[in-house]
Amino acid sequence: MEKLNVYAAKLVPKNENFTQGHRACQGCAEVLALRHIGKALGKNVIIASATGCMEVVSSPFPFTSWDVPWIHVAFENAAAVASGAESGLKALMRKGKISPRKIFVLALAGDGGTNDIGLQALSGALERGHDFLYICTDNEAYMNTGIQRSSATPWGASTTTSPAGKVIPGQATWKKNMAAIAAAHDIPYVATACPSYPFDLMEKVKRGARIPGPAYIHVLAVCPTGWRSPPDLSIRLGRLAVETGIFPLYEVVDGKYKITVDVPELRPVEDYFRLQGRFRHLTKDMIDQIQRRVRKEYDRLRKRVEMTMED
Amino acid sequence: MGKRVGMEGSFAASEAVKMANVDVIAAYPITPQTHIVERLSEFVNNGELDAEFVPVESEHSAMSVCAGSAAVGARSFTCTSSQGLILMSEIVYCTAAMRLPIVMVIVNRSLSNPISIWNDHTDVMSIRDCGWIQYFAENGQDVLDHVLISYRVGEDRDVMLPVIVNMDGFSISHVIEPLELLDQETVDKFLPPYKPGVVLDPTHPVTMGAIVLPTCYTEAKKAQDEAVKASMPTILKAWQEFGDLSGRYYHPIEEYRTDGADVLLVTMGGIGETAMWAVDQMREKGRPVGLLKIRLWRPFPFEAFRKAAEKAKMLVVVDRAVSYGGPGGPVASELKSALYNEPKRPPVVNFIAGLASRDIAPFDFIAMVDRAEGTIKKGMGPLYEIYGVRE
Repeated sequence: MEKLNVYAAKLVPKNENFTQGHRACQGCAEVLALRHIGKALGKNVIIASATGCMEVVSSPFPFTSWDVPWIHVAFENAAAVASGAESGLKALMRKGKISPRKIFVLALAGDGGTNDIGLQALSGALERGHDFLYICTDNEAYMNTGIQRSSATPWGASTTTSPAGKVIPGQATWKKNMAAIAAAHDIPYVATACPSYPFDLMEKVKRGARIPGPAYIHVLAVCPTGWRSPPDLSIRLGRLAVETGIFPLYEVVDGKYKITVDVPELRPVEDYFRLQGRFRHLTKDMIDQIQRRVRKEYDRLRKRVEMTMED
Repeated sequence: MGKRVGMEGSFAASEAVKMANVDVIAAYPITPQTHIVERLSEFVNNGELDAEFVPVESEHSAMSVCAGSAAVGARSFTCTSSQGLILMSEIVYCTAAMRLPIVMVIVNRSLSNPISIWNDHTDVMSIRDCGWIQYFAENGQDVLDHVLISYRVGEDRDVMLPVIVNMDGFSISHVIEPLELLDQETVDKFLPPYKPGVVLDPTHPVTMGAIVLPTCYTEAKKAQDEAVKASMPTILKAWQEFGDLSGRYYHPIEEYRTDGADVLLVTMGGIGETAMWAVDQMREKGRPVGLLKIRLWRPFPFEAFRKAAEKAKMLVVVDRAVSYGGPGGPVASELKSALYNEPKRPPVVNFIAGLASRDIAPFDFIAMVDRAEGTIKKGMGPLYEIYGVRE
């Protein structure tokens, strides 16, 4: 984040690589993330997209929102398709069949396409060391199919397959920590980001793309439709996720942890929950339980930063 | 003339991939496909083939990597068998619809359960309608030739389709046969470098694999069907040119001793060579029996088949896959469909045999012809029989 102090809105490229006219819902923070990602990467990119909201809203034939080369094949294989594109470019450039130049390869998928069905393909691609960037835009459930729970759905959240019932009050498992799983592959770059912090997001995208080898960025994307939240509060909700410590913004560069948007005093998680219908049923006990866990996780992250700090 | 060598069927496939100078190979190991990729890895690691070898974590990713590499314009190859094929089958359908000219060798093996590493056609029949051009090889030479022919046909701008070369597991893949290698100059003359049309290229951005609503889906599928059917002239032309260069001429339906034959055996794949023995033996005894060997499975050569079958009084079709509770083996069902609307159509007797490499010897073919003749005399029997079941 060294360059952040020279960042200003007017330095952000005006050019849109993800253009207007898409079919996303009002207040969708996921398309906003794509727009920022598009600006950060520029024109020299090839995108492999998984099936999901972003694929559906951006490519209704004969229209497209993509002003860069984009391919969608299936749900679980964005990382593998990106692996293929990267390998193909490498071979073609080495054999002199296309002119050698840096082309970023980006894989895009939601939390279902990453944490769940795409995890194997992602792990394989990270392990093989392809030079590509994988971005998961995480809206914490299968929103495209109608708000079913995924392994990224937070504990207690009500979805259509983890409803707030009389016996079981919503999602019964804790959110799978994908960034930690990516970092466990010992890849050169891992980060978390959120479009409520656009400069932080864009800087991380640039960094992840430029670093040779695999990079992974986990982006929290507020979904008013699935979260039962007012569309005009998407930016604020993203900020609250960070300010409460529920979704800390950090990066892991060559194994070294660094919090990029530090929150010295965490806000109570309730500030985040009360704006969302999916948490409306949470009892005081449940909120306390979440609060304890969030503190513990945040402390653990701070310890990781200390442990891996440079001498 | 190329060099004559003794070579395993699997290595023949690898040799052809090397001569085709592919750019990307993605594969996951599964018996009996392994020898092909082992040899290809050696070629790459020894600098004999300049390609990216992507050792993926599953067959699903193998086909997905090929989708990505073909989409940027790289000549791409994969191979698999059995469970691997049905794991990747989702993407097999996608790549055909996306018109990505990948070549895949399927070393045919039974499907589980019970698990079996042995050979039949149950794997490839599970993806019969995937939209790829599909050949069946009869021996190692066919495999070598058809990998090259597949790239030539699939990459043709009038075709732009992925192509499958089927070879029987073990009985072709692991058997050393005499075969003739082509010299590189001949291969290069036959197979020019791949010049893709539309690729993922930042200087000309395109959207591939867009979502299509019901307003256009039917049209997309009609276009795909037409594309597969329209590949036939290119396939025939490629065979003709390949024959002129190599001396080996191939046809969609290969006929053997069909002149004056009342009974025609019909096979697909490696058992055709054994069936030739059986036909010879029957002919020696004066029985008017001939043989049709199906080489091209998709697009199905209806015209060539009807012409070849029109004079026969009976077809004895040997299938190597089961359609449980269905009308019979996939080949026999296909042939019946092809003949149904014809004014004169011979009866079709269907045997399902050779599952999981159960041996089909010449005397088995003779026994099938005997049984079929008996069946016809009694009036048509059941739709099909699973042959050689031990009781």
